[in-house]
Amino acid sequence: MTDKQIRWRNRILFALLLFAAILVCEGTGLIERVAGEGNALWVEFALFLIPYLIAGYDVIAKAARNLAHGHALDENFLMTVATLGAFALVLFPHTEPHMTEGAAVMLFYQVGELFQSYAVAKSRKSIADMMDIAPEYANVLRDGAIVQVDPYEVEPGDTIVIKPGERVPLDGIVTKGESQIDTAALTGESVPRTARPDDEVISGCVNLSGTLTVTATKPYEDSTVSRILELVENAAEKKARTESFITRFARYYTPIVVGLAVALALIPPAAIGLAMGTIGDGQLWADWILRGLTFLVVSCPCALVISVPLSFFGGIGGASRLGILVKGSNYLEMLARVDTVVFDKTGTLTSGTFAVREMLPASGFTADQLLTLAAHAEAASNHPIAVSVRAAAGDAIDFARISSSEELGGHGVKAVIDGDIVLAGNDKLMYLHDIAYETHDFIGTQVHVAVNGTYAGTLVIGDTVKADAKQAITDLHAAGVRKTVMLTGDRADVAQAVSADLGVDEFRAELLPQDKVSILEQLMEDAPRDGEQHVDSQRDSSQRTTHTTAFVGDGINDAPVLTRADVGIAMGAMGSDAAIEAADVVLMDDRPTNIARAIAIARKTMRIVRQNIAFALGVKFAVLVLAALGLANMWMAVFADVGVAVLAILNAMRAMRVKR
Amino acid sequence: MKRSYKLQSLDCANCASKMETAIGALPSVSNASINFMTQKLVLDTDVPDADALDALLAEAQSVISRIEPDCVILR
Repeated sequence: MTDKQIRWRNRILFALLLFAAILVCEGTGLIERVAGEGNALWVEFALFLIPYLIAGYDVIAKAARNLAHGHALDENFLMTVATLGAFALVLFPHTEPHMTEGAAVMLFYQVGELFQSYAVAKSRKSIADMMDIAPEYANVLRDGAIVQVDPYEVEPGDTIVIKPGERVPLDGIVTKGESQIDTAALTGESVPRTARPDDEVISGCVNLSGTLTVTATKPYEDSTVSRILELVENAAEKKARTESFITRFARYYTPIVVGLAVALALIPPAAIGLAMGTIGDGQLWADWILRGLTFLVVSCPCALVISVPLSFFGGIGGASRLGILVKGSNYLEMLARVDTVVFDKTGTLTSGTFAVREMLPASGFTADQLLTLAAHAEAASNHPIAVSVRAAAGDAIDFARISSSEELGGHGVKAVIDGDIVLAGNDKLMYLHDIAYETHDFIGTQVHVAVNGTYAGTLVIGDTVKADAKQAITDLHAAGVRKTVMLTGDRADVAQAVSADLGVDEFRAELLPQDKVSILEQLMEDAPRDGEQHVDSQRDSSQRTTHTTAFVGDGINDAPVLTRADVGIAMGAMGSDAAIEAADVVLMDDRPTNIARAIAIARKTMRIVRQNIAFALGVKFAVLVLAALGLANMWMAVFADVGVAVLAILNAMRAMRVKR
Repeated sequence: MKRSYKLQSLDCANCASKMETAIGALPSVSNASINFMTQKLVLDTDVPDADALDALLAEAQSVISRIEPDCVILR
């Protein structure tokens, strides 16, 4: 608690004690004995006014100030009117006094407000702690000496030294030293990684064991840690539809209830009074005015207005603890509705680390020749396949031999090596150039190589399926995702084998990068195909024609698809700016099982939000109806108001708790 | 251009949404968004220079003060 909250709490506690003491004195008849029967009422009035003012003077002051500014319907004003109104009922002679309720409503209202303030501060702080990954300084090597500077002052190329226990200040490459790196703050992964020379280290991680010398590769503002902080802080802007709905609802709810309160206080007693000829009956008026005042007590929508963003905030915060960054509560809302998950195979379900598994030279070529040709043809490409081919050739590239090279998206590459035109790529490339090639039954990506139109052989490159990919698909189905689809540029038989192995429902193979958006659009508006019957005819038509679709990519070259999908999820995004930029949900880690966890968190958050809305509205309406009928008193109303707020907030804070 | 500011002592969620509406209605603001939990104000505005921005922020501050007097925009 802050000092302000502690003072506030003490003030309320004091007022509560005083209130209880007065209540006891009144109940035991002490006041009547001391003050005499005739004066007792006014003495009680004055006595109850003391705890009331101690607890609520700030509310009354705020109400007066807001009224001066023309904000009549603010909660402070409503509470002030309701409570002062209850006190004022004493002016009706020969009626039951209601000072006790007046004081109690103000006291419990303040208890509720204090609790809200405490809960909000607590969850704000827990998120802030979670996001406390910003490095405070960097040790830079300048002129042979280590200088401690602000991370902003470090430039790419500078050498930084990271001691054990320190945070990695900027993204960089290790040049010296070996250490364990704790990435938990970024990925939720508790097993530390080992960093050796030439490994990349990511800012925001903690260096655990050894001293590392690192060359910074990015300025601080482009480093992973600042991008993540920026992302989380700006998650603010995109509000969920539920959130805007509640805001709009609150705008109408209060004026309507206040209107009803005024009507209830004036119209029925006037009507009854005129009809029965009892218009001057104080008890009649007091009774209906009390009902109106009870309405005012429940007219504040605070419980709702506060619990909805609190739940979303909690959900986003809890997810970020697992290394799942959600860019806004609208995406959390969308994620909860996802029924179709589309994967880009490479980098999501498979690790994307390719290796040459088979070398099948055509007659007249040796395996070495084939590999050397392929490696030189792919020399300029960063495609994972090219990288693996070069790795197989020992990265021995003689750039002098390459006079030109050109990447043919979705097909392969065309290069001129030693004056010969070398083609390296898939079936389509061979077909396009009318080259007779051999197909093989190996599972994997096949790179065919041709020199001056003559087929030179094929390299088979295999990708490894991630250890938890199968589990990820199982989890998604268990979470109620109707369909999982795998997209890949690979050959159909490879795709078939991988998808059967993992349990993916459908696959689309041999895709060019530009095909993926249109395939995704088809999947998003997938009408039942011919011959396919929907067993459940009750499903409404909107569901049959559109699916809430998540696309999962590695974020490297699928930005358009990530943007097009209802929810774009980028995986293994640690250190990839492009992915963090394009996606709506960023999984810092490589584990595909986090997709199902993200969906589970989103669903839990939405469940909490819906519970809170239903609960708060249900209780408020019930109390309004009971109050109108004269069955609810102010005690019930204030407990409905404060109790609902407290329960809704406690429920909302549940959203923050996630299992590691 | 979007500009983001930290709000101090933003204590009431309902007030936050009132401020959001009121600031969004200022002539030089095309969109305003306040996040109650992160205590952030994001202004989408096309003010030409620093002086105009200062004037806008002063205006926004007075809107905020009218709704929640303790709340200040940190610059």
